[in-house]
Amino acid sequence: MSGHSTYQPQNRFLQWFEKRLPIGGLIHSSFVVYPTPRNLNYWWTFGGILTFMLGVQIITGIVLAMHYTPQADMAFNSVEGIMRDVNYGWLLRYVHANGASMFFLAAYIHLFRGMYYGSYKEPREVLWILGVILLLLMIATGFMGYVLVWGQMSFWAATVITNLFSAIPGFGDAIVTWLWGGYAVGNPTLNRFYSLHYLLPFVIAGVVVLHIWALHVVGQNNPAGIEPKSDKDTVPFTPYATVKDGFLMACYCILFAWFVFYIPNFLMHADNYIPANPAVTPSEIVPEWYYLPFYAILRSIPDKLLGVIALFSSIVILAFLPWLDTSKVRSARYRPLYRQFFWLFVIAAIGLGWLGSKPPEGIYVVVSRIFTAYYFLYFLVILPLLGIFEKTKALPNSISESVLPAKA
Amino acid sequence: MKMKVVILAAAVAALAGPALAQEQQVPPPRLSWSFSGPFGKYDEAQLQRGFKVYREVCSACHSLNLVSFRNLAEPGGPGFTEAQVKQIASEYKIKDLDDQGNQIERPGRPADHFPAPFPNELAAKAANGGTAPPDMSTLAKARTYQRGFPWWFFDIFTQYQEEGPDYIAAIVTGFRDPPPKGFNLPPGGHYNVYFPGHNIAMPPPLTDGQVKYDDGSPETVQQYAQDAAAFLMWASEPHMMARKRLGFQVIIFLIVLSGLLYFTKKKVWHEVEVPRELAHGQDPSKTSI
Repeated sequence: MSGHSTYQPQNRFLQWFEKRLPIGGLIHSSFVVYPTPRNLNYWWTFGGILTFMLGVQIITGIVLAMHYTPQADMAFNSVEGIMRDVNYGWLLRYVHANGASMFFLAAYIHLFRGMYYGSYKEPREVLWILGVILLLLMIATGFMGYVLVWGQMSFWAATVITNLFSAIPGFGDAIVTWLWGGYAVGNPTLNRFYSLHYLLPFVIAGVVVLHIWALHVVGQNNPAGIEPKSDKDTVPFTPYATVKDGFLMACYCILFAWFVFYIPNFLMHADNYIPANPAVTPSEIVPEWYYLPFYAILRSIPDKLLGVIALFSSIVILAFLPWLDTSKVRSARYRPLYRQFFWLFVIAAIGLGWLGSKPPEGIYVVVSRIFTAYYFLYFLVILPLLGIFEKTKALPNSISESVLPAKA
Repeated sequence: MKMKVVILAAAVAALAGPALAQEQQVPPPRLSWSFSGPFGKYDEAQLQRGFKVYREVCSACHSLNLVSFRNLAEPGGPGFTEAQVKQIASEYKIKDLDDQGNQIERPGRPADHFPAPFPNELAAKAANGGTAPPDMSTLAKARTYQRGFPWWFFDIFTQYQEEGPDYIAAIVTGFRDPPPKGFNLPPGGHYNVYFPGHNIAMPPPLTDGQVKYDDGSPETVQQYAQDAAAFLMWASEPHMMARKRLGFQVIIFLIVLSGLLYFTKKKVWHEVEVPRELAHGQDPSKTSI
């Protein structure tokens, strides 16, 4: 999609440099003249927001790592030291902690947008799968970062989640011991989580490059779900997409700042301000909000092994979406039935999130099971059948026709 | 459609459920705090009174390991002067080593942390019937209560962040002796309305008139509880005032930036959204659109 670059620098040094390493041309063709569909709505700005959030997390994380001590007896106090004694340490730490939530919020919006408009469909399957890999990496990174605080919830979340692997028949316990680096969550666990928490964001950054590369090969999907046919259907990335992305990014930062400066502990669990204590189990162990839907799926299955399989399947199944959805039409705009099932799916996912924060008893378990069943039915039954039976609406002839008033 | 009805019914049932399944925790009364809301500030006089309560009462059992004497003079805190902090620190005995490596006790300095009442956790447990009194450095953020739906959602907008101090003040004032009829209090326990399960190891720590105030504030348990809770909020969040002040500036900046970007976006996209020919009132069929 990038095509031949028309980049012709005026500056003589840049001309000299461009002949040797055409990076200016690469940037020019990818982020200036790159054609974007003219009908993109604001849901398409979250890719830019996610890139920005990754940058925020890496920069604050690197500075936090300069002050943090990954040692079981000192970790909690070193975080408190950052909050109290490092200049603007409270700002770094609250930006990083709330930044994780803002990162996940943007990722889930981005993901639902892709589902609604069928962005995973041919020829964007690889682009979509790279996105699922990014989600998995984010989940792993966020979890390990949460453990680093080494409060009560950090410690017990680490214990519960690593214990999931003990469900693997035969060598499950051996795997858990290997993950822990001992016979319980302890200093070796904290050390390796710290190492991986520093490594994985750069892996994420690498996969983001692939994700953007794949995007620029196949081009963006759009609300009409049809490919651009002429120059009239697209506008250059700069200034059109840049200014639109910039505007929503600034709005998103207002939300971000509201949490960081006014309610920085709203999304955190109070128990994580109690230092980790292997001898005391908290009355309830709850993961961060962005894991709650998956946690609810895990707990809704009475069998441990099957629960763990359901948990992992609920994420991995996304990678098969391009082939599970059999419809030829991409956008939900032209799929009246699909649209309803999609919104039910959103309700089920948010409902599971709420249920994940509730004790696994009584009515909560029943509703969790209904939502979990719907979650999987959506992918495995509803989507394959809908593509065959659904009567879709007529597609517009072109993107510009879909946005401009019809000719008289 | 049938599925939609089933799921909606389930969702309604789920929302009604919590009333039945909720744990038996009595929500503490909401108190008014000077530091709540976007412009909240610590009340220096209140923090100084709270410090007096901590020092004369709480500190007999509760450590404050993460707080140093020097913090008492830092901006956004109780507002003691450097000289006062030196004086306060020197009234504490700090364990240290002399040049020969002998263990000594010397008067505290502003850079020292508050000394703990017990040498270690085992000693704290042994002296308190098997339960170590929690460290108070982060207590105001480490204690909370279930807000329940939909209140937790509204808290995002009202910025209610004072669950901790509300809970602490409620615990201090929530003792009832004798316990209500039918409540079986285990030996060594104390009945507290707001403690989950009502059986708390801590005895009622305060009585009216126990701590002398110099500024004419009422010397009641309620007042002591609020002052101590405010002091503990500061101890947990010593940079809260700087945070809220900077936050206001950042949010004003972002609102202006968003506004400018919005109008820039409108200007840039105008030609795409309303092509020139249409803007000039031409019939679309006679244009190249």
